[in-house]
Amino acid sequence: MTTSTTSVAVERRGWMRHGATSWRDYFTFNTDHKVIGVQYVVMAFTFFLIGGLMAEVIRAQLIKPGNTLVSPNLYNELFSLHGTIMIFMWVIPVFTGLANYIIPVHVGANDMAFPKLNAFSFWLALLGGIIMMVSFVTGGNASGWSAYPPLSEQTGIGQTLWAVALILIGFSSIFAAINLLVTIMNMRARGMTLMRMPLFAWSMIATSIIILLGTPALAGALALLIMDRVAGTQFFKATGDPLMWQNLFWFYSHPAVYIMILPGFGIISETVPVFSRKPIFGYKMIAFSSMAIAIFGFLVWAHHMFSSGMNPLLRIPFMITSMIIAVPTGVKIFSWLATLWGGHLRFTTSMLFTLGFISMFVIGGISGIFLASIPIDIHVNDTYFVVAHLHYVLFGGSVMAIFAGLYFWYPKITGRMLNETWGKIHFWMTLIGFNITFLPMHALGLEGMPRRVVTYAPEFALGNLIASLGAFLLAAGTLPFVYNAVISLVRGKVAGDNPWQSLTLEWTLSSPPPIHNFPEPPTVDSDPYGYGKPLVRRVPPAPRQEAPVPGGE
Amino acid sequence: MSQTVIVHDEPRVATTTGIDNRKLGMWLYLATEVMLFSALIGGFLTMRTRAPADANHVLNIPITAFNTFVLIVSSTAVVMALSAIEDGDRKRMLRWMVATFVLGATFLGIQINEYRILIGEKHLTTSSLFGSGFFTVTGFHGFHVFVGVCWLGVIIVQTLRNRFTTNERDHMRFEIFGLYWHFVDVVWIVLFTIIYLI
Repeated sequence: MTTSTTSVAVERRGWMRHGATSWRDYFTFNTDHKVIGVQYVVMAFTFFLIGGLMAEVIRAQLIKPGNTLVSPNLYNELFSLHGTIMIFMWVIPVFTGLANYIIPVHVGANDMAFPKLNAFSFWLALLGGIIMMVSFVTGGNASGWSAYPPLSEQTGIGQTLWAVALILIGFSSIFAAINLLVTIMNMRARGMTLMRMPLFAWSMIATSIIILLGTPALAGALALLIMDRVAGTQFFKATGDPLMWQNLFWFYSHPAVYIMILPGFGIISETVPVFSRKPIFGYKMIAFSSMAIAIFGFLVWAHHMFSSGMNPLLRIPFMITSMIIAVPTGVKIFSWLATLWGGHLRFTTSMLFTLGFISMFVIGGISGIFLASIPIDIHVNDTYFVVAHLHYVLFGGSVMAIFAGLYFWYPKITGRMLNETWGKIHFWMTLIGFNITFLPMHALGLEGMPRRVVTYAPEFALGNLIASLGAFLLAAGTLPFVYNAVISLVRGKVAGDNPWQSLTLEWTLSSPPPIHNFPEPPTVDSDPYGYGKPLVRRVPPAPRQEAPVPGGE
Repeated sequence: MSQTVIVHDEPRVATTTGIDNRKLGMWLYLATEVMLFSALIGGFLTMRTRAPADANHVLNIPITAFNTFVLIVSSTAVVMALSAIEDGDRKRMLRWMVATFVLGATFLGIQINEYRILIGEKHLTTSSLFGSGFFTVTGFHGFHVFVGVCWLGVIIVQTLRNRFTTNERDHMRFEIFGLYWHFVDVVWIVLFTIIYLI
């Protein structure tokens, strides 16, 4: 049976596969970007559940002062691995997965530029994730996700495994970034100029540039850390320079927060116009502000080191650049608000998560401005204020955007709609649970509760009790999504090609798209958010027969 | 089973920028490598400034200068091989490929010998700040040369089996190898200056 033109098909190339007809094909070395996208998303979500479980244990330990649920050392390992997993095995790979699935169709390509490298990236990330989990079992990283030496040079063997895992995940991320950049730069459909690209593609360009130039600094720092631990070098020892780790680490890890938020900005820029039925406001400003964030993101890293003993004079330029980052971010927020303004809003679950993203991210952004300011930063350094801030941008921001994207593209990926009622339960439990968990942490931090400590003084008891109860609600709120995502695969309403009446290219294809996406190369002749105007005019499938002109010429 | 067996080479499609995908990808990868070496060189320089000023006097500059010359000549050999491919001259191509391979392997041999002598004199990664930086950075570069030599070895074997020819596809493959090789060469010139001469 020849199925190469239907929506499900598998091609075999030696031991490799391309495409999927059954669930088994998702466990093979598969070179189809759509299969790889799903592989990434499912893997990342699994790690989200693992990392979430760790967070729940942390909150259970902190439910009352002097609790003895976990030992202090296990507690250290839990919060260290919670941070590492959520960043490197959830937020970054889930965005890579969504981009893998969507970007080639968004720009009108048949696959990514390097399909084999694409599959390799995925399996490398999974290998890294497995080594990371093994490191936990062997007594893992107990020095925080930022692994500052000298502490990170004195912890057990798991710390070395942790570093090896991060190097693998880092290179997986670099290869994925190269793939996405070449795909977007080189494989766009006819007529798709840079200014006609969907904003998700723009945000992935900015993200990929950051990954490309930032991640090697982390890989270098990790390599030096491994050398210190294994070969006895002295880079980060007291005789060397422990502060150098912080410089190298944050040179990547501050830009990494933009790696984790820019794709979210891209997703929000897709959902806001679709669910407001209006062209996006300030297309060029949103596109350019992503690039501005990518550039400025590299000039702010030392604001993580204000209290680390750096030269006090150097703090001031870093404070200024950190605050400047708020400008391109604000440009985006106002562009989305202006798009919403006067629009015909449809409050689907995806839209609710979009609005949740915008409001929660603004709170996180504002506490970020607080933290950029040197005196406040020194005052609240290493307190729960920092924990509150980073969860508002990473959970209230990135995770809300991820769910907005998952609800938006699930119909395209599976061919079926997610249940809206369960979706709304998921959203409200998440939003309320999230705020109960993290809002009190601002106050706890300002009052001086230190983070990364297994217990706390009795005066912080009430705030912690509220936060822990909120965390349990937040965790429970994820269950409706898991149920919904599984049950809708079978029982969901059939989605059709374009359930949201969106204008971008992926919605011109069947759900899920056929094996090589576009049967004929598409031609784009208008912008992706011009509601009311046609976007795609497909090239006629066969050369037309010239009708003989009666009478001749 | 609704599985079909279709094996086909994708037809060459014109790219948006006009640059071959693989070439663009290699340039982007080299940007990553630049940042990776920058991080390591930063690490080395931090160690160097804390080490005694004469810490690098244990190194043998004349021999390493010769080794640098070997690597530069190997880059020339890559250019000659590429020019032979452009002329469609398989024999000349193979000759220059083997020359590159031998020069790369020579570089590695001299570097291993240098390590052997230094370790014999009890200069180790653990013995000093300079040793920490020296072995890490030069070792990392040596690993890159090793990867390049292996890569070229594969191409030579494929050429002997007539699976690598002078056609357009293989021309691009060799050009990409050349980009990598020249990059590793340029990095060495930087490292030689920073580590041995300054």
